[in-house]
Amino acid sequence: MNSASCAAKISTQPFSLNPTSLTSHDNPLVFPKPTSLFLGSTRKLRLSSSSKLNLHRRSGTVVAVSDVVKQKKSKSTPSLLITKEEGLELYEDMILGRAFEDMCAQMYYRGKMFGFVHLYNGQEAVSTGFIKLLKQQDSVVSTYRDHVHALSKGVPARAVMSELFGKTTGCCRGQGGSMHMFSREHNLLGGFAFIGEGIPVATGAAFTSKYKREILKEADCDHVTLAFFGDGTCNNGQFFECLNMAALWKLPIVFVVENNLWAIGMSHLRATSDPQIYKKGPAFGMPGIHVDGMDVLKVREVAKEAIGRARRGEGPTLVECETYRFRGHSLADPDELRDPAEKAYYAARDPITALKKYLIENSLASEADLKAIDKKIDEVVEDAVDFADESPVPSRSQLLENVFADPKGFGIGPDGRYRCEDPKFTEGTAHV
Amino acid sequence: MAATFHGVGATVAALSSSSSPSNSFGSKKLLSSPSRSFSVRKRASFTVVRSDGSVNFDLNSKGRRAQQLIANAVATKADSSPASSSSKPGHELLLFEALREGLEEEMERDPCVCVMGEDVGHYGGSYKVTKGLATKFGDLRVLDTPIAENSFTGMGIGAAMTGLRPVVEGMNMGFLLLAFNQISNNCGMLHYTSGGQFTIPIVIRGPGGVGRQLGAEHSQRLESYFQSIPGIQMVACSTPYNAKGLMKAAIRSENPVILFEHVLLYNLKERIPDEDYICNLEEAEMVRPGEHVTILTYSRMRYHVMQAAKTLVNKGYDPEVIDIRSLKPFDLYTIGNSVKKTHRVLIVEECMRTGGIGASLTAAITENFNDYLDAPVMCLSSQDVPTPYAGTLEEWTVVQPAQIVTAVEQLCQ
Repeated sequence: MNSASCAAKISTQPFSLNPTSLTSHDNPLVFPKPTSLFLGSTRKLRLSSSSKLNLHRRSGTVVAVSDVVKQKKSKSTPSLLITKEEGLELYEDMILGRAFEDMCAQMYYRGKMFGFVHLYNGQEAVSTGFIKLLKQQDSVVSTYRDHVHALSKGVPARAVMSELFGKTTGCCRGQGGSMHMFSREHNLLGGFAFIGEGIPVATGAAFTSKYKREILKEADCDHVTLAFFGDGTCNNGQFFECLNMAALWKLPIVFVVENNLWAIGMSHLRATSDPQIYKKGPAFGMPGIHVDGMDVLKVREVAKEAIGRARRGEGPTLVECETYRFRGHSLADPDELRDPAEKAYYAARDPITALKKYLIENSLASEADLKAIDKKIDEVVEDAVDFADESPVPSRSQLLENVFADPKGFGIGPDGRYRCEDPKFTEGTAHV
Repeated sequence: MAATFHGVGATVAALSSSSSPSNSFGSKKLLSSPSRSFSVRKRASFTVVRSDGSVNFDLNSKGRRAQQLIANAVATKADSSPASSSSKPGHELLLFEALREGLEEEMERDPCVCVMGEDVGHYGGSYKVTKGLATKFGDLRVLDTPIAENSFTGMGIGAAMTGLRPVVEGMNMGFLLLAFNQISNNCGMLHYTSGGQFTIPIVIRGPGGVGRQLGAEHSQRLESYFQSIPGIQMVACSTPYNAKGLMKAAIRSENPVILFEHVLLYNLKERIPDEDYICNLEEAEMVRPGEHVTILTYSRMRYHVMQAAKTLVNKGYDPEVIDIRSLKPFDLYTIGNSVKKTHRVLIVEECMRTGGIGASLTAAITENFNDYLDAPVMCLSSQDVPTPYAGTLEEWTVVQPAQIVTAVEQLCQ
């Protein structure tokens, strides 16, 4: 796992209380020198800043999880982090995410889906690393970049693809679209178009979990909620307000920052006074962890700890995953602003390639096993497209159906009957 | 007329001056004896408008439609007929107590009902609606939140999606402007965008409206801003009876409901039934049947209208007064029947002229009942002015009974 171990070197420098040692860096990567300090060459931040290991913000509240990961890795006889089954599960999930998103791009350019479509290529390690540790009753809240979160959580590829095609068999009956993936069965609470909007909803889901345990006396209720959001969201008020409330009430939630450095065309460094997001956790009284988000095993280790904390009732955690999106912000984004060298740097750290290498080098799986999974996933995705293509579009009758849970909310018409009793209501042509 | 006007002003002043938490119970001394159903004193030093009579009218109108409406429940127990409710003594309380009673009863009935808001717990609510509830139900069920409206409203929505039934309090409705994102995008829309998978049985409530010199920002009428949001219902309470009834109905509803209370109405006193009852969220309330003109109003303006009605009656007019109660959706049946009877409509509201509830109601009436109108719909609203602090200026921004009388006279020419 060469690329991963290179990255591992950067993010796992010897953890020491001596400040001077933190500033030294051995830089194994070949990389052109940054030209401007202020405009934020991201490279400079990522390579030279070892202060991201400075986890000593508040005594006792910050867990040096990266430390644990590093120690495990530096043992001479590596004890493996995963079993074969787990490894194949992780691989399959990431391949599904990648293949699905690639198919989305194809379908978009063929005019099968419209609007804003935000693809997750490159960030699969975060979704897989976290969500594969959850139970079905745990909740996930995402943003508009939610296709892969939905898939990892267990929403069938068919349902997601149909939703993207706007068909009635979609997970939201075609009414949500790319940015609003919901699944009650799998406890995926969205899919939100405005950034930051989902974080309070996630906080509410975590509040319900605590409420169930303490008020409704469901003693074994230990449901955890994960809130995924990006670096741009970390400058939004809802983020800070929810960090406060979650820590205040020790809610079982993990705040997962998918820091891919770019909010459309705005570099994280140009938008943020202190770009190290994980540092903001301790300011609210929760641990802040930084992890290499291109390495699914590292993410998984951190996730285990954070989710475990939440399950045990110890409160929230802020996890910053350093990751990257290989495509533009959305399919409408020409992606001209990012430096090709930066893209190449992260392409070399492709999480799928890295995991593949790990599995093969540690004899957890053979090439054939992985090829079989690739083929299987190709079929799943093809099947999803076929299913979506053949599914019917929503009929007019669906127009008014889900506006209210109780359709009496449309009120009483001039004839004295509730509007929803009008036969035209079910046809979708009633005047409401 | 001037005397009446000042009388109302005095009442309002009396009500509002004792609305501060520390002496909210002192206001009991100022109110007239409860046995009168429609008491007016000659010198009008203060007036108490009672809505006892309206209960009968309510039930009558419901009787006509009983077969047609589904699940219509004004009272949930069998012995809810007017005869039996008047034979039971009932109990007297103030509007804020009625709200609390409704909330408390629902919290006892369903352990998933919880309260969230600023100062709702230990402080008991800025208008004492949640007083005592935290002691009874605990700090988690009556949650004191930090000052983060957008986030705790969103938190309420997330909790509602996952099985709870939160009642979110905006300390003043104006503060909910900070929660507009969550109310519009999530509260209203999530049921639809999730394809019906998630329900959001949340109640968002709080005091709004023009008070006694509270200044521009504390005197806002948010019903006009929220009315376009699809997927929510809005109701406004105006009497202790309908306050309790609407609170309970809102909590039991599967839809997100915004319950608008008014800062100046919290100390209204009324005798309400002992038995369990709810008020239908989608129905309007007939306050005073009449023949000459339909006056549609809600919340505090109901009292200005009733004040004007006294003058109008003395002048020989017979106004029909309807408290629309349901701001979204409009009860077009009650309203329509009235228009068909009187052919003249006056809307009296506290919203601003532009884009208020009255503007929408005017459009709805014109669209649906144009053929029945003998005159254009007249709408009296507040001036399009940030509510000034100065008492005189504030008086002139809202509709006063004198203007209502003039408008009716004009309509009925």
